[in-house]
Amino acid sequence: MSLYRSHILVCNGTGCVSSGSKEVMEAFEKTLAKRGMDKEVLLVPTGCHGMCEMGPVVVVYPEGTFYCRVTPEDVTEIIEEHLYKGRIVERLLYKEPLKATEIPHYKEIPFYSKQYRIALRNCGYINPDNIDEYIARDGYQALVKALTEMTPEQVVEEVKTSGLRGRGGGGFPTGLKWSFCAASKGDKKYIICNADEGDPGAFMDRSILEGDPHAVVEGMLLGAYAMGANEGYVYCRAEYPLAIRRLKWTIDQAKEYGLLGENILGTNFSFDLHIKEGAGAFVCGEETALMASIEGKRGMPRPRPPFPANKGLWGKPTNINNVETWANVPTILREGGEWYSSIGTEKSKGTKVFALTGKVNRTGLVEVPMGTTLREVVFDIGGGVLNGKKFKAVQIGGPSGGCLTEEHLDLPISYESLTGAGAIMGSGGLVVMDEDNCMVDVARFFLEFTQRESCGKCVPCREGTKKMLDILNRIVVGKGKPEDLDNLEYLAKMIKETSLCGLGQTAPNPILTTLRYFRHEYEAHINEGRCPAGACEALTRFIIDPEKCIGCTKCARVCPVEAISGEVKKAHVIDQDKCVKCGACMEACPVKAISRK
Amino acid sequence: MPKIRNLEDLRKIKEQATDLTAARSGGKTRIIIGMGTCGIAAGARAILDAVMKELDKRGLKDVAVETTGCIGMCQEEPLLDVIRQGESRVTYGKVAPEDVSRIIAEHVVNGQVLDDLVIGRTD
Repeated sequence: MSLYRSHILVCNGTGCVSSGSKEVMEAFEKTLAKRGMDKEVLLVPTGCHGMCEMGPVVVVYPEGTFYCRVTPEDVTEIIEEHLYKGRIVERLLYKEPLKATEIPHYKEIPFYSKQYRIALRNCGYINPDNIDEYIARDGYQALVKALTEMTPEQVVEEVKTSGLRGRGGGGFPTGLKWSFCAASKGDKKYIICNADEGDPGAFMDRSILEGDPHAVVEGMLLGAYAMGANEGYVYCRAEYPLAIRRLKWTIDQAKEYGLLGENILGTNFSFDLHIKEGAGAFVCGEETALMASIEGKRGMPRPRPPFPANKGLWGKPTNINNVETWANVPTILREGGEWYSSIGTEKSKGTKVFALTGKVNRTGLVEVPMGTTLREVVFDIGGGVLNGKKFKAVQIGGPSGGCLTEEHLDLPISYESLTGAGAIMGSGGLVVMDEDNCMVDVARFFLEFTQRESCGKCVPCREGTKKMLDILNRIVVGKGKPEDLDNLEYLAKMIKETSLCGLGQTAPNPILTTLRYFRHEYEAHINEGRCPAGACEALTRFIIDPEKCIGCTKCARVCPVEAISGEVKKAHVIDQDKCVKCGACMEACPVKAISRK
Repeated sequence: MPKIRNLEDLRKIKEQATDLTAARSGGKTRIIIGMGTCGIAAGARAILDAVMKELDKRGLKDVAVETTGCIGMCQEEPLLDVIRQGESRVTYGKVAPEDVSRIIAEHVVNGQVLDDLVIGRTD
């Protein structure tokens, strides 16, 4: 193995690939070879760095210089200037959106400096297709330690001590869940990795599978040993082709090293792992529906009990954990449960990965210790609201979660605190909203999603969400009735209490929280026929201020439906019946006389 | 590929694989070569090659090799700086490829500054 003086890490996560990192990678390959530098500079494809907004991301070591939005045309300059002459290419450095100061080093970027990475520790740092790089970062050490020095009971105990809780959203203590399955009698047991990440805007699990698939496989091996399972499934949605490809490659490599298959490490522990591609139904993220799907049946949930720990896949004891949960397990076993439990809050231990999206300056993937406040995530890591607008709310937990307001910004993030505020931890989607977002419309958007994804097995979810959506659709076009809010609350509580599975039980959350914190917006829609955020098209009106209008006729000329009339140098008026609310007049007006109401 | 049987097997793979990520952890000792126009004209590229060859020969994996631009002492190029962890930055001037193995053997490995080649140090 030859020595390389420098490593160029090119992000090959889905985000960066879509912004052109494959072409950048090829340009590096060609240019390095042409200059005879391919023996001294190593090119490494990595997983997601989390800062997808700035992609394609390229990090050059040993300096750790962080280049953003690199194009194939920039490659020659990086090689000539940085790798050859040692001069950092300053124009490609990461720039703070708020200040113009340039921050070259990876670790000094505020986006990363506040993060604590356990589940994402290798993402963007290693080549996920190379098992040796994972081993170089202490990979599979936990597995060897567990198999040679620990009993299965000790492994379960260690996970219990760590305080790790299900990262898929439920937050059930992982160690306890494992002990149920371990105690279950049976000749055959299964473990499953739930990678059916379906929340709009969430991509934590995809990034882990793409950036550090071995961590998930090692976590599952440890779980299988602890619970006495010898077969496992990764249930991954088919919309993640790169994750599936990497996972297949990972399984092959682990098998070659004898870390998967028969008699692992020469012990009598055997474990085989399969990949099952999901067909795109959101409800298959629910564990009983997921197992039905693996069995080849229609993906629908069934009542529990019996719980999967007793009667799961094909009627055998089964344990299901989510991708991020499994990815935490190797580090817990290696560093110890005590260490893990020293991070976080009293009841929520460790870290949580969030996908930060919406109206925020720095979108991407962040991992922070539990107990970090929403303000730190949105403002310190995320860099605040886009375009200096006013923060309105943050939607946490996807379609099953809720909207939290400014008053919750200093809330330390934990399972309990979020549930107390009416939201849930969920899988970790964080959507930031500003003053231009209409909360009624946001609630409608999420309900439309869950309504469409309802499997239709139980009545409250199938019919109830439809009724709620009808009411919301009425409100956003200004046809709401005064009794609608009471009806919404009544329906929401009923659906929450009587639905069969988590989908229905949590579907009303976005409505309940927006009703709780933004009731005035609902009331403005219903009672005044007005959308305070100016987002609901049917309720917006464009109005020309006659005092400000100079009669330049620009607005009348851009109007596509000739709704604006008026004489030159005299105030113009908009015919509200003709207006299609396109907003072209507002943009054209040179004196800002047109406003949206 | 050999099967992994125990911690020892895993450790062996890990040791071999450390090369793979060593350059990313930033090494304990840093060697910095002046690759400004002046440095390149004076033959810095040959120095860089010699450094890589020597490190490879000795199997030194925790040394980070970096390049830098002109620092203003163009008449002394090629310049080569060595920074051992916790020690001051020592600059060697008019370095020839033949000097590289001595610098690495005596300074990088054993911490002995080469008096005949050194032109300055920063504390």
